[in-house]
Amino acid sequence: MLSLIIFIPLLAALGILLGAPARKTALGAAAAEFLLTLFTFLSYDKAKAGFQFLSSTPIAPEWNLNYLVGVDGLSVLMLLLTGIVTLAAIWVTPKIEKREPLYYACLLFITAGAAGAFASVDLFFLYAFHELALIPTFLLIGIWGSGERHTAAWKITIYLGLGSFILLIGLLDLYLAVPEALRTFNLIDLQKLATSGAIPAAAQTRPYIFLLIGFGILISLFPFHTWAPAAYASAPTPAAMLHAGVLKKFGLYGLMRVALPLLPEGAKHWANLLLILLVGNIIYVGFATIAQKKLDLLLGYSSVMHMGYIFLGVAAMNTIGLSGAALLMFAHGLSIAALFAMAGMLRENRPQLALDSFGGLAKPMPALAFAFGLAAFASIGLPGFANFASEMTVFFGAYKPAAGLDASHFHLAVIFALWGVVISAVYMLRAYRAIFMGEPSKEAAAWPDPFKALRWPVVLLLAVLLIAGFAPGKFLSLVQPTFDAVLPK
Amino acid sequence: MESHAYFPWFILLAPLVSAGLIQLFLRDSRELSVRISVGAVGVSLLFSVLAFFGPDTVKANEIPWIELPGFRVPIGVTVDALSKIMLLVVTGVGALVHVYSLVYMKDDKSQARFFGNLSLFMFSMLGIVLANNFAMMFIFWELVGVSSYLLIGHWHTRDTAAAAANKAFLTNRIGDFGFMLGILMVWSSVGSVVFSDIEQKLALITADPTYLTIAVLLIFCGAVGKSAQVPLHVWLPDAMEGPTPVSALIHAATMVAAGVFMLARVSFLIAPSPDAQAVIMWVGIITAVLAALMATQQDDIKRILAYSTLSQLGYMIMAIGLAAPGPAMFHLFTHAFFKALLFLGAGAIIHALHHEQDIWKMGGLGAKMKWTFRSFAAGYLALIGAPLLSGFFSKDAILAAAWQKDGFVFLLALLTALLTAFYMTRLFVVVFLGQPRSYAAKYVHDGPPAMTVPLIILAVLSVFAGYGFIGEIALGAQLWENVHHIHQGEGVGAVMALAIGAFVIGTAGGWVLYKGQSKDPILIPLFKNKFYLDELYAALIAGTQDLLATMSAWFDKWILDGLFVRGLSGATWGSGFVLRFLQIGNLQAYAFLFGLGVVGLIYFLVFA
Repeated sequence: MLSLIIFIPLLAALGILLGAPARKTALGAAAAEFLLTLFTFLSYDKAKAGFQFLSSTPIAPEWNLNYLVGVDGLSVLMLLLTGIVTLAAIWVTPKIEKREPLYYACLLFITAGAAGAFASVDLFFLYAFHELALIPTFLLIGIWGSGERHTAAWKITIYLGLGSFILLIGLLDLYLAVPEALRTFNLIDLQKLATSGAIPAAAQTRPYIFLLIGFGILISLFPFHTWAPAAYASAPTPAAMLHAGVLKKFGLYGLMRVALPLLPEGAKHWANLLLILLVGNIIYVGFATIAQKKLDLLLGYSSVMHMGYIFLGVAAMNTIGLSGAALLMFAHGLSIAALFAMAGMLRENRPQLALDSFGGLAKPMPALAFAFGLAAFASIGLPGFANFASEMTVFFGAYKPAAGLDASHFHLAVIFALWGVVISAVYMLRAYRAIFMGEPSKEAAAWPDPFKALRWPVVLLLAVLLIAGFAPGKFLSLVQPTFDAVLPK
Repeated sequence: MESHAYFPWFILLAPLVSAGLIQLFLRDSRELSVRISVGAVGVSLLFSVLAFFGPDTVKANEIPWIELPGFRVPIGVTVDALSKIMLLVVTGVGALVHVYSLVYMKDDKSQARFFGNLSLFMFSMLGIVLANNFAMMFIFWELVGVSSYLLIGHWHTRDTAAAAANKAFLTNRIGDFGFMLGILMVWSSVGSVVFSDIEQKLALITADPTYLTIAVLLIFCGAVGKSAQVPLHVWLPDAMEGPTPVSALIHAATMVAAGVFMLARVSFLIAPSPDAQAVIMWVGIITAVLAALMATQQDDIKRILAYSTLSQLGYMIMAIGLAAPGPAMFHLFTHAFFKALLFLGAGAIIHALHHEQDIWKMGGLGAKMKWTFRSFAAGYLALIGAPLLSGFFSKDAILAAAWQKDGFVFLLALLTALLTAFYMTRLFVVVFLGQPRSYAAKYVHDGPPAMTVPLIILAVLSVFAGYGFIGEIALGAQLWENVHHIHQGEGVGAVMALAIGAFVIGTAGGWVLYKGQSKDPILIPLFKNKFYLDELYAALIAGTQDLLATMSAWFDKWILDGLFVRGLSGATWGSGFVLRFLQIGNLQAYAFLFGLGVVGLIYFLVFA
């Protein structure tokens, strides 16, 4: 089942490159991907918790390297996110004029890589699948991007390449921290070793900082974030949706799956540094977001800013914070994908997306105004959407962090984070007002509502946000055992 | 489970269903959405009445919403004296405003959206009223902010409405920043967000008085935002950009009273902290006085009423600070009727005058709009504390509470009462008496029954709602006992005499100064310009937030990204080289790094 989820998009991509009809094949694969992830999500047995649907194929027995896939509550949620956003992203893809097959193949490669990374229970494959997803992102921006696409593609390549490299060093260092006789790539075995104390505390600080910076660059942790807004602004809409919505979550997933549970002492050692950086994400980037004058950059910056909240839940190192952070990953992925999808619709009329080139669009585009409003509300954390419930859970978790962490520092971080909630309302409402409120210009008054033709992908994203927003408990209790099992008691 | 255990859920769900149906499916069907919305408020009203006469505390079932070890948020309801009276006020005034809106919004193309948002508001407000825990209250607290934003911005093509909607939302969010922090502090000390748990384990938090005071004051921030107290009051006058029925329901009778209600709900937390009480009292009285001063110089009929609302909310907040939640709720109860009445009356006038809101372009309306005039007069007299009307009794209870605690605060409260009588008489005389001062004002008449009947009902309530036997039933034994206790205290006779004196002087002053005037004989720029607070805030925002935003964006672009990142890559590869090999170049660079990683890995695996 899990292998199907990984290989269906991969095979579809290869098929498209070999001449299968691009859009039809891609859409079919995306629909299959969505249904399969949904089915896995629904058939995951919450009562049993732990890794399920495990399947192993030896690759290199002499190195004890296996293709090992399986999911627990956390990864099954991330797979579902991958399935939903993939379907939405491929659905909203407009007509592609140049090299259509490669375009769709790239999108599907991202999906396959992300799904593979989330489903892998082996460190080697976790890393390798993510790399598989990165390269097509660069191509999508470099070939089909808009604006300063070359600069953006160049920047993201260097930056994420560097991040991956640091990450690799960290992973190797982690591997080395384990006593020689016990070394393995198998995450389940590694977790057992870590829980039993086989990784000495003193050996945890160095690999952790490498992992934090490596994953951090991929997540756009302050001050390593400047690649993100530029990349999202230049990226074609579906690429921005997939990268911001899904692929960027890989770094956070890595922190939750690898860095934190395997190196808890290292995490505690660097907790204060992470707090400072995440406040940078929330406050500094938040203010930078306010100053943005183009919708795509604004959304890109806001996405960087919201990573700060997820980091906050991770930093707290307790079940409440981490569960909230996990749900927030899911929620943010859906809401940012919806926002990018709709920004893409606005691009049809004003390719530059300058905020002051719009105005009053609620009149000619009532449906888009309504849906954009919902997504904006979701993104600034209003109740009813999953973002609110998960942000609130993060705040509670961070206010009472795990034993051994300095609670007063966390209180300070929570104060900043709460102020960030005000900041995000400032920029989002300003943007909404600039685009949709007021009297439309004569030209704009005649624009057709692009939402009508493209509504279903956005409706899908918003519907899931609402479901998880009304019943967050179901999702939180799904991911909770993952963290209960690995957090030091 | 007994049947009445379901009542609160029906009350809550009816408007949710209505809002959901209208927003998602019926935005193009005006007739049907209006019917559903009015039907929903009818259902809520019916079950609120049933719940009111039902048993005092219903142990309704809770729905688990978040259940994590150490963090539990249920969606659960409390039905006690406090929520019962609020349920009646919210659904009662809500129902009247819905009916009134049938006429007022008849020609609006976005009628469906309007009624959908009204239902959303009803759902949110009733959620606050019923909430049995802080987190749930905060959820609905935020939703009330959303629905208020949507309704203020209903006429979204107007730039002023869009600005006012944003201002209201953001000001409230600033208050909520403190509110959430306060909730976190309480939870961190007590281990629960559920009110009854906190009350049981109160000793855990009262053990540290400073901690408690800070927590209570942070929670109070939420009330300062929602109930528009100084310094977060600036959004309420601007909120008058919304349709007038919205002003009546949300920005006079219910939402703005939510802060008072919330403080009454957690009065068990406030009572052990005298310092917090003092701050709350001062914020309340300062708001009462300042808003009354500002009201004396406004020319827009709705804005005068808005400042009056601020001032009256100040009274209620002050009463909370005086440990008098009974009088606070009593005044909330009577104020809801007469202030909703005044707004709906103003709406009838504005409607008749084709959206004229300047009182100096009215005049002589009393002779032509008989029912509006009579009902408005009842509301006016109730507000200024004319003896034997509802406002007289509820205000008197608050004044007495002030007298018994602090003489100076009492004097300020008395001054507010005098100012209230003054500016409302000014409004009344200028609008209804004298000669019409505009063409439109000559040809006006009462609205249709759907408009006048709600006015008359509210007028009757404004006259009688203050009588003791009604107050006692409405507030329930416990809160009424609080009112009663204050009435038993010292100086009640003197307070009443002084209050009547303030009423007489204020009314006479307004009458003498404004009778027969066709323009304002007084000009006090400080009051007219609202103490220049809006300008001050605008400068503050420009000086801090916008400056920080510009600086951050600049630093990000030129230092972090420009110098640091580009410098780094430039130093390594040389930018000219990079530019020439852009597309292939980045792939090569990436492949190089990736390859390096793989080589390293293999090397390590094979040779280590």
